[in-house]
Amino acid sequence: MIQAIVFLPLIGAVLAGLISIFGAHARNPSGDTVEHHDEAHGDAHASDAHDDHAADDHGHDDHHVAEPPAAGSRAAELITTGLLLVSAGLSWFALIDVGFMHHDVRIALFPWIDSGDLQVAWSLRVDTLTAVMLVVVNTVSSLVHLYSIGYMDEDPNRPRFFAYLSLFTFAMLMLVTSDNLVQLFFGWEGVGLASYLLIGFWYQKPSANAAAIKAFVVNRVGDFGFALGIFAIFMLIGSTDFETIFAGAPGLTGKTIDFFGWHADALTLTCLLLFMGAMGKSAQFLLHTWLPDAMEGPTPVSALIHAATMVTAGVFMVARLSPLFELAPNAQAVVMFFGATTAFFAATVGLVQNDIKRIVAYSTCSQLGYMFVAMGAGAYSVGMFHLFTHAFFKALLFLGSGSVIYAMHHEQDIRNMGGLKDRIPFTYIVMVIGTLALTGFPLTAGYFSKDAIIESAFASHNPLALYGFLMTVVAAGLTSFYSWRLIFKTFHGEPHDQEHYEAAHEAPLWMLIPIGILAVGSIFAGFPFKELFAGGSVEEFFRESLKMNPHIIEDMEGIPEWAKFLPTAMMALGFLVSWLFYIRRPYLPVELARQQPLLYQFLLNKWYFDELYDLIFVRPAKWIGRFLWEVGDGYIIDGFGPDGVSARVLDVTRNVVKIQTGYLYHYAFAMLIGVAGLITWFMFGLGGQ
Amino acid sequence: MTIGLGHYLAVGAILFTLGILGIFLNRKNIIVILMSIELILLAVNINLVAFSTFLGDIVGQVFALLVLTVAAAEAAIGLAVLVVYFRNRGSIAVEDVNLMKG
Repeated sequence: MIQAIVFLPLIGAVLAGLISIFGAHARNPSGDTVEHHDEAHGDAHASDAHDDHAADDHGHDDHHVAEPPAAGSRAAELITTGLLLVSAGLSWFALIDVGFMHHDVRIALFPWIDSGDLQVAWSLRVDTLTAVMLVVVNTVSSLVHLYSIGYMDEDPNRPRFFAYLSLFTFAMLMLVTSDNLVQLFFGWEGVGLASYLLIGFWYQKPSANAAAIKAFVVNRVGDFGFALGIFAIFMLIGSTDFETIFAGAPGLTGKTIDFFGWHADALTLTCLLLFMGAMGKSAQFLLHTWLPDAMEGPTPVSALIHAATMVTAGVFMVARLSPLFELAPNAQAVVMFFGATTAFFAATVGLVQNDIKRIVAYSTCSQLGYMFVAMGAGAYSVGMFHLFTHAFFKALLFLGSGSVIYAMHHEQDIRNMGGLKDRIPFTYIVMVIGTLALTGFPLTAGYFSKDAIIESAFASHNPLALYGFLMTVVAAGLTSFYSWRLIFKTFHGEPHDQEHYEAAHEAPLWMLIPIGILAVGSIFAGFPFKELFAGGSVEEFFRESLKMNPHIIEDMEGIPEWAKFLPTAMMALGFLVSWLFYIRRPYLPVELARQQPLLYQFLLNKWYFDELYDLIFVRPAKWIGRFLWEVGDGYIIDGFGPDGVSARVLDVTRNVVKIQTGYLYHYAFAMLIGVAGLITWFMFGLGGQ
Repeated sequence: MTIGLGHYLAVGAILFTLGILGIFLNRKNIIVILMSIELILLAVNINLVAFSTFLGDIVGQVFALLVLTVAAAEAAIGLAVLVVYFRNRGSIAVEDVNLMKG
């Protein structure tokens, strides 16, 4: 059953990929490049983005290509979606089997690397932690597949799109079912690759290519740390198998490791390096810059990869390695610091963004910060709980945004929307449900998981616990504000673009069904699972798969009432301020922005991180590259190497050529002189002896 | 004055030198070059026959006949090449035959 769950998406990806390749050949047998008719559109977009750069306007993002659809599009859609639905159904059975029946599965597939001490095998490990991830990944992925059938219906390259989606799902499943760090890394890079391919799916758009490259490069920074962490673990323990690592970890406490002449605590250093990988993948503070840009990809991709699954891989990895992190309290403090900072930072940026997808993207970033706060507090199951519920309501918000974008004919700027609730009532309702869940309205999914995280931050003995608590509470208020701002500006008030408003229409059934299912999940994914993830049944549910801080769950029960109540109060406050700003007194935000131009610009430009990185990393890198290219390679290597040698050869031949006059008698003369010389030599030189 | 070997060799040397000079000093016509080559061959033939008589060895004269045959064939081929060349290029002036100029 587990093999079916993991490999069905791979089969789907291969089949859809074959359809895509053969379709491309059939459409274009000569192999000439296909003529794309959207060049002008892409250029218009680029200049548009450039003009409105200060306002950060990335409107008109998803666009059409006037090209016939690839042959077999429908077949590719149905194959991949059908296989994913089977896989998702089986995952729920796996969760029941593993989580409640306690039948952990360990399947060795075949050996992979056998080199000296390094022994790595392909294997599938399914314990409760993995089973939860299987359910999240496959459920969201299958719903996104279904949704994409509707959303991408005008795109000519659908087989390729679905092949990538299924490939992503397979890589993510390999990641969560891995039994050793190397296979985890394989899945880790696999999802990175799929993310790159999908962000750059509309490769005709320069901005999409740039975003794809940015995502890939920023992730390489994190992966550098992750790889070093894996090396460190192999050096310390001599194995990459989780079982061996966890068994050997307690013996490592107090050991030091030599790191660039610095005697660091071995476990702390290893955990920090591994966390660096998680920071890259989960878009944490300092390595977050790629996530908002990744919104260049199609909206279903944003929902699947950049909200529900791939970006949570970092959280999963920390949870999976919880036995290590539990032994390194300093590393936990760092985890909590970055989580809390990200939660706060992303929420502040989300306040002023105008692109509907970017708001949700910063919200994702912020919620990932929450999860890491729980990880830092040692409440791994609570973090997983938020991962679980977040997958539902964030995928819902993204797919709902996609539905809005679809209805508005690929308009993404919320300033151009307004009053849409009468035109697309279903989307309005599900977006409100998603927002309620995200902001933690009582009894929705987000309420249980998010409040549990804030409680765990309050209750933990982490040195930064108070910081984590304050930041997450403030971020809860900010979250509520920007989420309702999105709703109010999009669905309430006066329509700003009458033409688009008139033409707005509800999405087809393909798209509404997945949104509806996710909306149900956003409401009901919280309460039934609260006991399992953040209550008394944690030990029994997760068993060996997580090593929790032993007291955290009890301590969470015992925190004062005001601390429990505070996030809900903040949520209500955020809602009220948002209502005041955007419904009751719509001139207030404009006034505020005018009074505080510095703060407004600071937030609008995302704390100037992109500009800062451009200054610190990109420009020096470009300068070094230019220097090495023009001076190092062009002048020195080429000048003294191949180019110089060939220039000298040319000089010599140019002179030799002049000897060749072309006149017969010159050649004859040369021959005769030669013969005379030879004879002279024979007679008086050699012959004379 | 009896005519001895030396006289024959002198005639051969004069013919040979004329042939060489004909190749070098000729600035007009490729046919002249062909004729000069013939002169060189004839000089060699005279040497062969002279030595054959002087040494009483008939092989030299047989060889001279062979050389004559080959020279005739060579002249025929040379002229044929020349005709084709003229058809293609419209000129057989030595100044114009410089296709091999680098």
